Amino acid sequence: MKKAIFTFFIIIGISLGYGQEKNKSVSFEVKGNCWMCKNRIEKTAIKINGVKYASWNADTKIFKAIIDERKCTISSVQEKIAEVGHDTGSFTSTEEVYNNLPACCQYRNPESSNMEHGKH
Amino acid sequence: MKSSLPILLLLIANLCHSQIQVIGTVLEFTEDEEKKSIPNANVYWLSSTIGTTTDSLGNFKIPFRRDFKKLIISSVGFRSDTLLVNRPNLGNIILYPIVVLEEVIVEKQVAPLQKSLFKVQNVVSVDSREMLKAACCNLSESFETNPSVDVNISDAVLGAKQIQMLGLNSPYLMFTQENMPSIRGASQIFGLSFVPGSWIEGIQITKGAGSVLNGFESISGHINSELVKPITDKRFFLNLYGNNYERFEFNTRLNHNITDRLGVGLYVHANLRNGYIDNNEDTFLDTPLSDQVNFMNRWQYINPENGWVGYANIQYLADNKEIGQLDFNPETDKLTTNFWGSQIKTNRLDLSSKLGYVFPDLPYQSFGFQTAYSNHEQNSFYGLNQYDIDHNSFYSNLIFNSIIGSTQHKFKTGISLTHDTFNESVNSIAFNRTDNSIGAFFEYTYDNLENLSFVAGLRVDNHNNLGNFFTPRFHLRYSLWDKASFRASFGRGKRGANIFAENQQLFASSRQITIDGTGGNYYGLEPEKAWNYGLSFIQKLYLWDRVMDFSIDFYRTDFLDQVVVDWENPREISFYNLEGNSHSNSLQVDLNYELLQDFHLRATYKYFDVVTDYNSGTLEKPLQPSYRFFVNLNYETLKKNDSQWRFDFTSNWLGEQRLPNTSENPAEFRLPSYSTSYMLINAQITKVFSKKFEVYIGGENINNFTQDMPILSNENPFGTYFDSTILFGPVLGKAYYAGFRYKI
Repeated sequence: MKKAIFTFFIIIGISLGYGQEKNKSVSFEVKGNCWMCKNRIEKTAIKINGVKYASWNADTKIFKAIIDERKCTISSVQEKIAEVGHDTGSFTSTEEVYNNLPACCQYRNPESSNMEHGKH
Repeated sequence: MKSSLPILLLLIANLCHSQIQVIGTVLEFTEDEEKKSIPNANVYWLSSTIGTTTDSLGNFKIPFRRDFKKLIISSVGFRSDTLLVNRPNLGNIILYPIVVLEEVIVEKQVAPLQKSLFKVQNVVSVDSREMLKAACCNLSESFETNPSVDVNISDAVLGAKQIQMLGLNSPYLMFTQENMPSIRGASQIFGLSFVPGSWIEGIQITKGAGSVLNGFESISGHINSELVKPITDKRFFLNLYGNNYERFEFNTRLNHNITDRLGVGLYVHANLRNGYIDNNEDTFLDTPLSDQVNFMNRWQYINPENGWVGYANIQYLADNKEIGQLDFNPETDKLTTNFWGSQIKTNRLDLSSKLGYVFPDLPYQSFGFQTAYSNHEQNSFYGLNQYDIDHNSFYSNLIFNSIIGSTQHKFKTGISLTHDTFNESVNSIAFNRTDNSIGAFFEYTYDNLENLSFVAGLRVDNHNNLGNFFTPRFHLRYSLWDKASFRASFGRGKRGANIFAENQQLFASSRQITIDGTGGNYYGLEPEKAWNYGLSFIQKLYLWDRVMDFSIDFYRTDFLDQVVVDWENPREISFYNLEGNSHSNSLQVDLNYELLQDFHLRATYKYFDVVTDYNSGTLEKPLQPSYRFFVNLNYETLKKNDSQWRFDFTSNWLGEQRLPNTSENPAEFRLPSYSTSYMLINAQITKVFSKKFEVYIGGENINNFTQDMPILSNENPFGTYFDSTILFGPVLGKAYYAGFRYKI
C-alpha cells in the first residue's frame, strides 16, 4: 500500500515536471499607448480561460501573465489580444478593429503617444 | 541743405579711406535694472569670419566694411542681436539673456478625503493632510472635519470625546489599528485619545457591516487607522501645540533606515492639561486636568526580492486624569465628601507584529500573520464610586490570499484566535470574565471588470461565552453609468457588552446601578446581536470643469438582542436585555465641490431615527441629535517656493436631542424633554513657510455655545440628585490654540 502511494506521487511529480505547467509565468511585448490600452489588454487577457493574472506596463510595453498551460497557450493569448486591437507576437490586429480604437490608443501613429489620454 | 550733401559725402569717403572703426558697448541689465557690461562678447559681420570680442568693459572696435552691412553681437547665455550699421558709434547695445523656461509642474492633489467609485465597500479614505485641518491632537479629534463620523462628549465631567456612526455608539463600531483590533474592551471610552493624531498616516472609514477578516464584533462600521511607516516617513518631525486653557501637546517622530530594507521609528507624544477652568462657575472643572506620556517604537522590514514584509511595534502609555470640583485635592479629599473629585489612572502596553509573504512568482498569492497583545490597567474613583479594570488581550490572525482560476475571483481565508481576560472591580464587587474564541473565515471577491463586483464573507466562531455562530457579511457594487456607483451591503455582528467600561460616565452621578440579568454570561446579560443593511449611491461629475461628487446613503441596524442602557429613571441606570424592537435608521447626503480654484466646499446633511423599546416604553435614543448639518470650507493659496496659506472653516448644526426623563426630580433639577438645537464653529489658519516648517492657529467652538447647567445638583454632589451624565453640548466655551510643525 505504502509503495503504491509512493509510486502514485512519483508519477504525479514526473507528470507535473514534464507536463504543462499550471502556473507558467510568461512575458511578451504588446503594442499600445496609454492606461486605456492597459485596461483593454488586461481585461481581454484575464477573461481568457487559463489566464490567472495579467499585467501590462505602458512604459515598457511588456505584458506579464501567469497562465495555466493546460488551458491556454501564449499564442492563444496573443491572438485574443490582437483581436481587440493590440499587435503582439506574430499576431497583427485587423485595420477595422485598429481603426475603431480611440485616437490616443492608435499606437501605429507615432503622434498618438503624445495625445491627451483619458478625456474621452 | 543741398550744399551740405557733397561735404558729407566727402567726409564719409575720407573716413572710409582712413579705415573707419565702428565702436559700441555691449551691456546687459542686471536683476535690479542696472546696466552691466558684457566682456568677451563676440562681434562679427554677418556671413563672414571677420570679428572681434569686447574688452572687460564691454567695449568693442571693429573696422567698417562696406560690403557687410549687418553686425552680429553674441554672447553665451544671451540672445544674439543683429544690427544694421548705419553710423560709426553704435552706442550701448543691450543683450537680453536667453530665458530658460522653468519647468512648469501641473499638479492636482488628490482630495484628502476620498470616496471611491470602485471599492466594493462604502469607504471614506482620509489621509494625513485632512488631519492638519484641525487641532487633531488625537484620533478622537481627527473626525471633526469628517461628516461620516459624529463626535460627541460622553458627559460633563469626564469630557471624553466619543464617536458614533449610523446613530450607534462607538462600542458597535470596530476600530482597528493597521487592521488589528484596537480600541475595545477597557479602552472603549478613552482609547481614542490614546492614539496621537500626528502618528496617523491615514484613516479608512467603512460604513455598515465590515469584513469578516477582522472579527465578528462590528455592527455599524469599521474604522481603520494606519500609522506612519518608519521607511517612508519623514526622518524627523516635531510638533508643539498650546491652547488658551493651558493644554499643551508635544509630538515627535524619529525615523532611521538601518538598511534600505529595515527601518526603525521612535515616536513620542506627551500632553498636559494644566488649566483650572471653571467658566460656567458651577465649581466643577470644565475640562479635565491631565497628563499623558505615549511612546512607540516600530520596526519595519521590506524585502521586495524574496517577498517578505514585517512590522513589530511596542507602545507604552501612561495617562492620568483629574476631574471634579475646583477645590478637590486628591491627597486629602480622595473618597471623602469634602469635595467631589475623580482620578483616572491608566497604564497600557501594546505589543504587536505583522508578517507578510507574497509569493514572488505569483503576485496574487500571499500569507499574512498578525499577532497582538495588550494589557490595559485603569484604576479610578469618581466621588465615592470606585472602578478598576484590568484587561489583557491576545489576538492572532492568519490570512491566506489567492485566486480561483483568475484574478477576477479572489479569496481570503484564514483562522483567528482571541483571548481576553477582564478583571473589574465596581465599588469592591468583583466581575471577572475570560473570553476565548477561535474562528475561521472565508471571503470571496468577484469582479467582472466592467460594472459589477461583490465581496461575500462568512466566518464561523467558537466562543466560550457567545457560543458557536456564523457571521455573514456581504457587499456589492454596481456601476450604473459613467462615474456613478450603487452599493448595497448587509451583515450581522455579535458581541458581549462591557457595560461598565462602555458607560463609565455613570459613575459621575448619584444613580444606582441596576443590572436586570437573566443569567447570561456578560454580567448576567445576554450578548448583543444585530443585522445591518445599507444602500448607497455616489455620482461624480464635472460641473464647470471642476469635480463634484454627490452621494446619498441609507443604513438600517436592527437589533435582535441588545443590552439596553436605560437612563430614564433619574435615580438609577439600568441594564437589561432588549424586549421588543430596537433599530437605528440613518440617512446621509453629501455634496463635495470645488467652488472656485482651490476653494472646496463639503456639505452634509444627516438624519437619524434611533428608537429602542425601554421598559418604560418606546423612546428615541437619548442625547442623539435628530439631524446634523455640516459645512466645511477649505481654501489653499497657490504654492510659491513651497510656502502657502491654508484656511479651514467647519460648522456643525446639531438638531434637538431627547433628554433622559428627569420629571421625578424636584423642579430645580428638571430638564426639558428636548434640548435646543445649536451650532458649533471651528476654524483654522495654517501658514506653510517651507516644506519643513509650518505654523497654525485656530479656534474651536468660536461661537461660544455652552450648555446651561451641564451638571444637575452641582452644589450637592453627594446628594441624591447629582448627575453629570445628561450632556448634549459643550461645557467648555471658545478655545484658541496655536502650534507649529517642523519636519525633515
